[in-house]
Amino acid sequence: MGEGGRLREGVRTYLMIAGMWVRSTMAYRASFAMTTFGNFAATFFDFVAIMLMFSRVDMLAGWTLPEVAFLYGLSGTAFGLADLVIGSMERLGRRVRDGTLDTLLVRPAPVLAQVAADQFALRRLGRVTQGALVLGWAVSRLDVDWTLPKLLLMPVAVLSGCGIFCAVFVTGAAFQFLAQDAAEVQNAFTYGGTTLLQYPPSVFAKELVRGVTFVLPLAFVNWLPASWILGRPYPLDLPDWLAFTPPLVAVGCCALAGLAWRAGLRSYRSTGS
Amino acid sequence: MTDDGFIALQGVEKVFEVRKKAGFLKRERRAVRAVDGISFAVARGEMVGYIGPNGAGKSTTIKMLTGILTPSAGRLRVAGIDPSRERRLLAHRIGVVFGQRTTLWWDLPLIDSYRLAHRMYRIPDARYRENLDRLVELLELGDLLDVPVRQLSLGQRMRGDIAAALLHDPEVLYLDEPTIGLDVVSKAKVRGFLRELNAERGTTVLLTTHDLQDIEQLCSRVMVIDHGRLMYDGPLAGLHEAGESERTLVVDLERELPPVEVESARVVRVEGPRQWLAFPAGRSAAPLVARLAAEYPLVDLSVREPDIEAVIAKMYAEKAVS
Repeated sequence: MGEGGRLREGVRTYLMIAGMWVRSTMAYRASFAMTTFGNFAATFFDFVAIMLMFSRVDMLAGWTLPEVAFLYGLSGTAFGLADLVIGSMERLGRRVRDGTLDTLLVRPAPVLAQVAADQFALRRLGRVTQGALVLGWAVSRLDVDWTLPKLLLMPVAVLSGCGIFCAVFVTGAAFQFLAQDAAEVQNAFTYGGTTLLQYPPSVFAKELVRGVTFVLPLAFVNWLPASWILGRPYPLDLPDWLAFTPPLVAVGCCALAGLAWRAGLRSYRSTGS
Repeated sequence: MTDDGFIALQGVEKVFEVRKKAGFLKRERRAVRAVDGISFAVARGEMVGYIGPNGAGKSTTIKMLTGILTPSAGRLRVAGIDPSRERRLLAHRIGVVFGQRTTLWWDLPLIDSYRLAHRMYRIPDARYRENLDRLVELLELGDLLDVPVRQLSLGQRMRGDIAAALLHDPEVLYLDEPTIGLDVVSKAKVRGFLRELNAERGTTVLLTTHDLQDIEQLCSRVMVIDHGRLMYDGPLAGLHEAGESERTLVVDLERELPPVEVESARVVRVEGPRQWLAFPAGRSAAPLVARLAAEYPLVDLSVREPDIEAVIAKMYAEKAVS
């Protein structure tokens, strides 16, 4: 089977299993409605905290509220999408511990797709909705001369950002084959990463900005594309064209995450730990 | 591929490296041989019991046979396929039932799990319908198809799991403790079905169990594994001989009497009018009962089977002596 066939098989498996989870959740409609609302509300108050901060100051490290909201909306939507698609992968460690991963390994379907769709939860749409609303509000308030490239870069940045976060989720899950209680470490990079991206890069120390640009390339989720769209100086005086590289960075990250996953699964199958 | 090697293992080993905490940040590595050079062959259509104490290497063997784990050494083939290399290809030809972990969808009606298997295994429509009808009839699932799995009893769920593992017509069925926790009626249903499956469709069955009666009623051949090695491979009767295991006849007499004296059995315990007699497991209880009934005032009796742990323990004791 070629890579194309593999991908198709993976997507097919993913949709089948995600569909089963959606129907499982619908067995408890009231609970579904409440958790979706809860998910939305929790992230909503997250943004309220930022608004409260701006009631005291006009600028945050040189950025206005709509600008910070723009950063927030881009990373929030990208992260929300990734969380919706494969956020449950952090449960892999539990599946390894209790042995239920084995039941997935005896099926004629790719394990990554099965694990990614595990516990698929539509309630996570709450976070995506909140991110998109903040993004929409920011766009309506920003004083930006909208051109076609600027408009196009937004969805590209969101999708690439989603890809980058997905890669972080998969890598974290691959690591859980070795250390089954590593979910918290993974959360530091995913939830922690998205919180970091809600603030302008000028708030943070140079070393940290360098880290999330060159080591864990979260800066490509929103800092670089947003800086270009808003006409802001780039963090670390990076070249302009980097604002258009998020798709490449996302593909690269996903490829590396795929390798990490393969290595993790191979190690599980040889150690069974 | 010859048919007598439908499942074939040659010198299969599985070594785990266990890391143990030995102080702050320090880890000690220790190699554990879970399976230590096992060789056996199972012919197509055989029904084999695979038994041994906990931690003996049973499930590790099953995991290698299903392609979950990669062997550390040795050669392993199932239906001519190397399981660890072609896991997904093999998945179409084997069925697996984990007694303690259901693969059914907890919150959905039973039929939904079957529909998923239909699509995931790409079972042709006609064959799926035919298999489903047959399994539903044989396993008495008709009234349960629309019931959410979480509402099924343990026995019903086990039958549901067995059906799920067989929808794609696998040639081999692995069962890990298929009767664990089931009541007598459910056990009988499961065993009856497995016997029929094996006889009618020639499905090769390999089952691990703690219940010696599973083996007695189902398997013509039993393999005993302990410490990662195959200790015994042959008929069940031979196992009893090798382990010198004994069944126990419990008799209630009309009144307290001195230990009964009867050929081919010995009294191991007396408690008021109740006495415990041990006799070789390979023998029938009938002649013994007949003689007792003729010579003593018998009120009631029951026969207790030896359990696997006891049989294996005796086997060891025997080895240590000889």
